[in-house]
Amino acid sequence: MTMPLLSILTALPIFGALIVFAAGRRDAQLARRLALVLSLVSLALVLYLWHAFDPAGLLQFQERHAWIPSFGAEYRLGIDGLGLLMLLLSAIVVPMSIAASAQITERAHLYFALVLLLQAGLFGTFTALNFFHWFIFWELSLIPAFFLIKLWGGPKRSAAATQFFVYTMVGSVALLLAFLAISLSTGKLDFLELADLARAGQLLPAMAGKLALHAMTARQIGLLIFAGAFLGFAVKVPLIPFHTWLPTAYEEAPTGTTMLLTGAMSKMGVYGFLRILMPIFAEEMRWMRTPLLWLAIATVVMGASAAFAQRDLKRILAYSSINHLGYCMLGIFAAAGFAGNDPAAVMEKAAALDGVFLQMLNHGLTAATLFWFVAMLEKRSDGLRGLNDFGGLRQIVPVMCGLMGIALFSSLGLPGLNGFVGEFLIFKGVFPLAPWAAAIAVLGLLVTAIVILTILQRVFSGPLNPKWSAMADLTVGERIAVAPAIALMFVLGIYPQLILGAINGTVVQMAKYLGQ
Amino acid sequence: MTGTGYAEILRLVMPETIVVIAAFLVLAVDRFFLTQAGTRVRFTVAAAIAVVGCGGSLARLWMAPQHAFLTEGMLVVDPLSNLVQAALLILTILAVLLAVESRFTEHVGEYVLLMLMATAAMMFLVSSENVLVIFLSLELLSLSLYVLTAFSKSSIQSAEAGVKYFLFGGMSAAFMLFGLSLLYGLSGSISLSGIASAIGPHGLDPMLMVALVMTVIGFGFKVAAVPFHLWAPDAYQGAPAPSASLIAAGSKVASFVIFAKVLMIGFAGAEGSAAWRAYAAGYVPVVAVVAAASMVLGNLAAIAQSSLRRLLAYSAMAHAGYMLLALAAHTSESVASLIYYVFTYGLTTVGAFGVVAAVETETGSDKLSDFNGLSRRAPLLSLCTLVFLLSLAGIPPLAGFFGKFFLFAAALQSGMGLLWLVILAIAMSAVSLYYYLRVLKGIYVADPPASAGPLRVPPLNLTVLCLIALAVVLLGAAPGWLLRLIENAVSAR
Amino acid sequence: MLAWTIYISFLGVAVQMLLPGKAVRASRALALLTAAGSFAATLAGWARHPGGELATIVRVPWIPSLGIEYHLAADGISITLLLLTGLVAIAGVLFSWNIDHRTKEFFAFYLALIGGVYGVFLSFDVFLLFVFYEIAIIPKYFLIATWGSTRREYGAMKLAIYSFVGSAMVLVGVIAAYVVAGAHTMNLLELSKVAFPVHFQMWAFPLVFVGFAILAGLWPFHTWAPTGHVAAPTGASMLLAGVVMKLGAYGCLRVAMALFPRGMDPWGFRVLGFGSWRGVFALLALIGIVYGAMVALVQKDFKFVIGYSSVSHMGFVLLGLMTLRQIGMAGAVLQMFSHGVIAGLLFAVVGRMVYDRTHTRDLDELGPMRLGKTLPFAATVFVLAGMASMGLPGFSGFVAELQVLMGAWQAFWPLVPCAGLGIVVGIAYTWRAMQKAFFADAGEGRAIAAHALPPITLPEEAGAAILLAASIAAGLFPQVLLKLILPALNSPLFDGLRRGSWQ
Repeated sequence: MTMPLLSILTALPIFGALIVFAAGRRDAQLARRLALVLSLVSLALVLYLWHAFDPAGLLQFQERHAWIPSFGAEYRLGIDGLGLLMLLLSAIVVPMSIAASAQITERAHLYFALVLLLQAGLFGTFTALNFFHWFIFWELSLIPAFFLIKLWGGPKRSAAATQFFVYTMVGSVALLLAFLAISLSTGKLDFLELADLARAGQLLPAMAGKLALHAMTARQIGLLIFAGAFLGFAVKVPLIPFHTWLPTAYEEAPTGTTMLLTGAMSKMGVYGFLRILMPIFAEEMRWMRTPLLWLAIATVVMGASAAFAQRDLKRILAYSSINHLGYCMLGIFAAAGFAGNDPAAVMEKAAALDGVFLQMLNHGLTAATLFWFVAMLEKRSDGLRGLNDFGGLRQIVPVMCGLMGIALFSSLGLPGLNGFVGEFLIFKGVFPLAPWAAAIAVLGLLVTAIVILTILQRVFSGPLNPKWSAMADLTVGERIAVAPAIALMFVLGIYPQLILGAINGTVVQMAKYLGQ
Repeated sequence: MTGTGYAEILRLVMPETIVVIAAFLVLAVDRFFLTQAGTRVRFTVAAAIAVVGCGGSLARLWMAPQHAFLTEGMLVVDPLSNLVQAALLILTILAVLLAVESRFTEHVGEYVLLMLMATAAMMFLVSSENVLVIFLSLELLSLSLYVLTAFSKSSIQSAEAGVKYFLFGGMSAAFMLFGLSLLYGLSGSISLSGIASAIGPHGLDPMLMVALVMTVIGFGFKVAAVPFHLWAPDAYQGAPAPSASLIAAGSKVASFVIFAKVLMIGFAGAEGSAAWRAYAAGYVPVVAVVAAASMVLGNLAAIAQSSLRRLLAYSAMAHAGYMLLALAAHTSESVASLIYYVFTYGLTTVGAFGVVAAVETETGSDKLSDFNGLSRRAPLLSLCTLVFLLSLAGIPPLAGFFGKFFLFAAALQSGMGLLWLVILAIAMSAVSLYYYLRVLKGIYVADPPASAGPLRVPPLNLTVLCLIALAVVLLGAAPGWLLRLIENAVSAR
Repeated sequence: MLAWTIYISFLGVAVQMLLPGKAVRASRALALLTAAGSFAATLAGWARHPGGELATIVRVPWIPSLGIEYHLAADGISITLLLLTGLVAIAGVLFSWNIDHRTKEFFAFYLALIGGVYGVFLSFDVFLLFVFYEIAIIPKYFLIATWGSTRREYGAMKLAIYSFVGSAMVLVGVIAAYVVAGAHTMNLLELSKVAFPVHFQMWAFPLVFVGFAILAGLWPFHTWAPTGHVAAPTGASMLLAGVVMKLGAYGCLRVAMALFPRGMDPWGFRVLGFGSWRGVFALLALIGIVYGAMVALVQKDFKFVIGYSSVSHMGFVLLGLMTLRQIGMAGAVLQMFSHGVIAGLLFAVVGRMVYDRTHTRDLDELGPMRLGKTLPFAATVFVLAGMASMGLPGFSGFVAELQVLMGAWQAFWPLVPCAGLGIVVGIAYTWRAMQKAFFADAGEGRAIAAHALPPITLPEEAGAAILLAASIAAGLFPQVLLKLILPALNSPLFDGLRRGSWQ
């Protein structure tokens, strides 16, 4: 029985959005509960997919239909280990986000409908294999995010939403133009077919042939197109220096939305690098290896340093997100940047890529949880979330501090928690490939550690700030809600094989391809 | 010289005779039997007799068409002249019917008599190819029309119009006579074909050019072409509505037909050319220049008018310009298009003046502002006005559009040399939409004056106007049958 | 079957005129029924001719002496545009549901306009096409002059005169072609086979093309469009910007390009860098794209933003036509459909949903009204329509503009970056308008309580749903329309074009 599971998975949140919008008109609670149920159904479906997934890692659950033959647009879905991982991440983060959005009461039906639409956009992006179809969902996720920030955000939400919109739009346009050029030169828009073409060395000649622009060499044309596509994803990750939209957006967005932004949407950018840029533009990435590595390093180090300079908890976490994703980019650029087909090289790249994958999942989980805790803190402090507003909270709200502490340590990269594994594997893979880059990036680890410990010290430890002596601890409901996330942190930290088993096949395949 | 017997001639001119008899009958009945009756009754009876008379004449034309060519072209009865005479009779019938409700005069019998005499004159005019008979008929027509124009004794404008028309007309008649006699002098013949065969081989000498110009002046006046148009605005404005419609419709039809005959038969061989950058002396460039001037001045001046009658007068000049374009092309196709155009134009104009009369009776003036909100006060009347004005503007599927299309196509088919004139004509048509739409804007868009109630239109008038509007629509949407009639008539020559 | 679209519309006109003036509800119902009936006829005709090739519907001699026939035929392009007309007509009637002043006359003129438009798309005799083309001019005038808003009499007259001047230019070309062909026929197919002398085509082509393109909003003859569309009542703006502008583009393709393909050949010399009429018009189209977008960006009046955006979007249509590549021209026809629907939506929101309630179109005044909260339906529809207008994928505009750009890249690649600029500015002005009108932060100016504005009525919701569904359907399944358009572009009518520089 070949049910179009992926299409169903993607369509489910869309219908869900309509149901929530219609049914939740009068009752905010009902809207939230409906949305939560629907997102859990999606999670169940994803878990089923996980269970049915063949660990050999090749493309599965494929669906393929012709759509617009005149320029090679097809409706093509499929997942390999990477796609499955991303689906899992999205399916986990969205219910968390919904559960954390209890304080949205105004036009809640619209809010949760938009969240579900965003989820559909995520599912669609992570399963699409043809650019046309992929791009639709890429853009589809942009619009709900814009409105979520704009309508329910904090005091500076207009500027935040605008910046978010403009940056992402510019990136998307660049991406579109790049693929337009590709389509014009090869007549194809299918990611896999284009990757094959690139590996066979035929992509560049095709582009140079069809796009002869004023005596540019093939290399220059290739780089130009690569630049366009690169821009689209670099804005999304974000890589320094395209990151300026992020702190404001994360800060102003309502917490549930921030969880989505950091947990899932930022991974869209990394996914783009893995699925699209690396296979198709491998040659260009090799040429640009050094500048790219520098960008990654800058992201790592400056992200952490900027986090250190902040006083608002949300902004700290925002910059810290930039830092954590920098590691992913480091791993990707290192793996892609070096040719070499010998088993050792492949092993190193595989390690790096394994780390990247794990880091995506783990950071998504951890960051989302952290923002959730900040929200809970805000609820109890009437909106205050400055680093120095608190003090000695451990004495009053031990459970919250304990659980939040776990999440913070995971973010720091403590062994035994999920945050460690990803970063470890990345460094393990990058050191042999680009030792200098890895060495500088270690700085980021150090600074991050300082930042996290500072939070722990200022917020949890120290003398109790009398303002908060009446603060309430986590309710039963909140504890139950947060528990799965915390548990997962431990599980993934101790037994990462759970994930690695599923993705390894894909990773090895990718690493092999990179060598060619 | 074998002449034709009187009985023969009578048979040939039976249609005209019937009309003349009807004319006198109208006078007699009115003078002897109806002295005590009210104006309305008198008008109705007179109109009835006139209609019967014209109808009888039409029947005669339809059922027993004659075909003859008397010596010297004095009387030429052929399908073409029959067709044009039928058209004239129809126009007269309509004009007379629309005159039934007029109240501007007590001399009903005389008025209708004059209308019928004018009609008879026009019928004689189109069935002649002899300059003398042409001139006689023209004078009979003109004199009748002068009086008809001045007929409204209570209106000073009518008197002024009549005098102006008379003075201008007299002068142009003098020009015409001078030109025609020059032609006689040059050729020694008073028949058009005789003139042509005499002067044709000699080419264009200065005397002939003078004669040509004089003739054109004379006819130009009759059709209100620029620069011989100065009488038209006042005449159209001052004359009582039925007279004006006769001037604008019937007289135009007849004048254009005979103008075409005179030029194409009489001056055959002296055409010349008005092609762009290929000028050659002859009547064609003269006509082309007059046509261009008429189109331009007529349309541009119409924009500034605030009285519907004067607007119609200037637009008449513009339409005369278009029709002169057909003359400049001088092929049988273009003559066919000219006849189609002038006939449908005549119909539309009779209708337009009928509308003017209806509104004037209620409001006392024909200012454009009096038409404001007419669509709500008299919807059917407004619909007819819409049809008439849009036909004049040349909007399909009305007769005016097809007339223009056919005319321009025929003009170009004679040779691409006249392209410049066609472009000018089409451009000026575009301009004309502006002022016609302005009138319609007042009728349909503007609000009626607060005190105005529904406009009362006499049922007879409304019926006639609706019939005319229907005819305009049908002739535009299905012009085939009329076109075939005309083309057969023209090609039979 | 398809001919019934015309007949039903005009029958509707006649019945409307017979209704008593006070029967407002009957008038509306009748209009809706008529519009729906013609649309049903279109659907039936489509089902019968799913392949998109040329199919004659009616062909009877009309004026034999001139070789004119009453010839109706349809190919894929006609059907696509008929579908568009039907959708916009129904939506337009729905959005005009609130007209209560001289209602029956309004709908009579409306249905007459629709009937004329159907006639143009179905005519295959050039004379007949011209007749229907001109028939459409008069109802436009009255619709705007009587029921319009800002400067309506001036806007109506300007629109009518510009349209008439355009059609006058076409008339010259058509008559000249008829005479020069000497074939005694006005049949499109046969005239397209006639090999007109090249020097004749060199002036006839630009004349007829510009004549039609005036109605399509070609820069710099576009100035009537923003004025006229802003002045028009909502239902009329939808139809005018959505469908009637496409009449012009259709005429360019069907008449100018099919009959005078050699007119686009290179001149052999260069003037100001141009070597052919094709280059000139492509550049003018491009200027229209960018200029329209830039001007829209600075407008204070909400409706003017939409008016200028129409000029910009139509630029894509004309650019696509000039590419002379199958993909570009298919994109142009698709854009005709797409923009028709989108323009309808945008005008509906601005005119009916917003202006009729707030009585202002000034963006600065609308901001404080917090329309995003008080008129959420309007805001949502505008967001979706705005997305479609920006060319976001998933909506009809994306595929259309993409194809036009691809064709343009193959034909004259330097223009593509500028067109891309136009798209970017398009995103900007749409976003600006959306932001200022619906989602502005509280500023000075009066705020309106949610209950002060009348709620969105059912006809408005239905109309918006219809148009949105059309745009999304065309965006997700463009193949449905392309299956009609592509075979039509391959038909013998365009043989002359294909023998030229077409690929």
